[in-house]
Amino acid sequence: MTSEMLQVIAEDGAPSHTEAPELSRDQLRTIYRTMLATRELDERGLKLQRQGRIGFYLSSKGQEAAHIGSAFALNPEDWVFQSYRDPGILLLRGITFEEMLHQCYGNAKDNTRGRQMPVHYSFKKVNCNSISSPIGTQIVQAVGAAMAAKIRKDPIVAMTYFGDGGTSSNDFHTGMNFAGVYASPCVFVCENNGWAISCPVDGQTASTTMAAKAEAYGMPGVRVDGNDVLAVYRAAKEAVDRARAGKGPTLLELVTFRMGAHSSSDDDSRYRSEEMMELWGRKDPLARFRQFLVRGGFWEEGEDEELRQSVQSELQAAIEAAEKEGPPPLSSMFDDVFEERTATLEEQWDALRQAYEQGSVSGANVGEFPL
Amino acid sequence: MATMTLLQAINDGLRLEMGRDDRVVVLGEDVGLNGGVFRATQGLFEEFGGDRVMDTPLAESGIIGTAIGMALYGLVPVPEIQFSDFIYPAFDQIVSEAAKMRYRSGGEFTVPMTIRTPIGGGIRGGHYHSQSPEAYFAHTPGLKVVVPSTPEDAKGLLLASIRDPDPVLFMEPKAIYRNTKGEVPEGDFTVPLGKARIVREGTDATLVAWGAMVPVAEKAAEACAGDGVSVEVLDVRSIIPLDEETILESVKKTGRAVVVYEAPKSCGFGAEISAVIAEKAIEYLEGPIARVAGFDTPFPYTLEHMYLPDDGRVRQAIKDLMEF
Ligand SMILES: Cc1ncc(C[n+]2csc(CCOP(=O)(O)OP(=O)(O)O)c2C)c(N)n1
Ligand SMILES: [Mg+2]
Repeated sequence: MTSEMLQVIAEDGAPSHTEAPELSRDQLRTIYRTMLATRELDERGLKLQRQGRIGFYLSSKGQEAAHIGSAFALNPEDWVFQSYRDPGILLLRGITFEEMLHQCYGNAKDNTRGRQMPVHYSFKKVNCNSISSPIGTQIVQAVGAAMAAKIRKDPIVAMTYFGDGGTSSNDFHTGMNFAGVYASPCVFVCENNGWAISCPVDGQTASTTMAAKAEAYGMPGVRVDGNDVLAVYRAAKEAVDRARAGKGPTLLELVTFRMGAHSSSDDDSRYRSEEMMELWGRKDPLARFRQFLVRGGFWEEGEDEELRQSVQSELQAAIEAAEKEGPPPLSSMFDDVFEERTATLEEQWDALRQAYEQGSVSGANVGEFPL
Repeated sequence: MATMTLLQAINDGLRLEMGRDDRVVVLGEDVGLNGGVFRATQGLFEEFGGDRVMDTPLAESGIIGTAIGMALYGLVPVPEIQFSDFIYPAFDQIVSEAAKMRYRSGGEFTVPMTIRTPIGGGIRGGHYHSQSPEAYFAHTPGLKVVVPSTPEDAKGLLLASIRDPDPVLFMEPKAIYRNTKGEVPEGDFTVPLGKARIVREGTDATLVAWGAMVPVAEKAAEACAGDGVSVEVLDVRSIIPLDEETILESVKKTGRAVVVYEAPKSCGFGAEISAVIAEKAIEYLEGPIARVAGFDTPFPYTLEHMYLPDDGRVRQAIKDLMEF
């Protein structure tokens, strides 16, 4: 994949060939703070898993510019259909560490009631979808939400996120096709991080770029340096404005890199070289943006430490709050299957409660998650 | 004989068959260099090369659809679906195509393909890494459905499945991938499809189970022995074709039947087994046929240990039945 990419900030933090987007000092600083907070959350999340305090974690390290820069181009009322590697979008939209950590612990205060694995968040209050593991399923749903907004004549855009692996799913192709046919106000964001677990991107597609796939579905495709948050924002803003103006969907390919293993259960040293990790380490999106901000007088080097400390103490408080809570009540297992429990579910709950009270439930051995 | 885990036995079986028959190919996500996310295909890529061990793009319908095409052409594909929870994009290819090919072509075209896929809970995997969808597939004429529970059976049933002339869904209980060890014959052998295994003999009640519920049933039987109740444990091994004879013989002897399975209780395969017992052996029964199963809810995360049937619940079901 060698084709040209939009780039505002070169790898050394100097201005590159694409013109910088218009963003205020406050906006620039908000983006940076969110990126740094996301990095801290991910590092802490992985540690919690290693320490056996949560069952699983999956980090977005290296992809902060991609998902935060693109989501920053949305209005708060716009809808997001994200995948599992985009926690910064939630932080950007005002979700707190504490809310997220309750989910990771699957405790009684988890707003999704301990139903899903860690990092599969659901925050309707900020128009973010319930995250699903099966790859690609959110893509078509985003298209449908965008179609609905158009039918209702609401000025709302839907943005959907998926990986390079996700472009092989049936739902990617169907979603692109529907969006093209209905000119729906949907922005497709492919975070091409080079890998789908152990599968490199050239094992995923023979297209020269992911952006090239847009042409077949009758929409523009834009290839962007996904580790350059300003280039990402710029491309996303254009796509969002286009969608809102009734001009239809866009596919964005954000070229980035998964700086860690696929998840807490993956060992990426089995399939990636040290050299590759080092090469991409030098393209770290956080370091690059910091250099740009410092150069422009928007940020001072010393501010980093201060910010990191305040983020860390916030995280610490959130973890303590999450660890104070017990599991969700047993009966909650039978809720939300339907709006109302069926008679069969009532009967099953009764039987479990009785068995539990009699002490005849031992609780099966539940082991470690391997992936 | 060699001591192996269930996972090692599967790997051993795959290696043996790929060495014996050059038509056998493996394809799926992460099955090559990475050796599969559970390492079931470890070393095969190095030994047999990329033409026979293929890392595929992330598309289950693509994996199964191309495997069907390979089978039609004369290969013997063994595709892997990384978790059975991700099999649904391939549902159409499995149910509408692979399963019906022989019938709709009057026997002209056949699909000798074995789909390997991990099933079941017990690994803190939440909704999408824990399901037991065997009943969906058992309800599809033309498809065989096999679930081993011991290392020896895993190898022997896998070899029988790969050599079977029809499509087989080979479901691997991932909870016991690594923690079940056992003696496995070295070299070639098969365990025939459609034959249940008597795990433990008993006279008062019959426990019917498959996959990761077999060790749970065994543990419950042990506890029941302490209660003075002699429990026979059957491992169904192959759901389709089902060994009705062994089940009925046992139930006729004991007069009591409890079916144990992880999937949601309603319409799980235990319902079919219960119906067979009711149809063909009701006059031998001392009490109702019982099912200890998952609940009719999606698979939960935090409360997984309360969702999965355990030896305590099974033991209670037997007690209730003895007191009926
Ligand atoms: C339909 C489906 N098949 C397989 C999986 C197992 N799986 C989880 S993540 C993953 C790779 C995804 O790669 P990509 O889309 O590039 O996203 P990334 O993880 O790199 O962000 C796979 C194969 C899944 N979750 N869903
Ligand atoms: Mg990827």
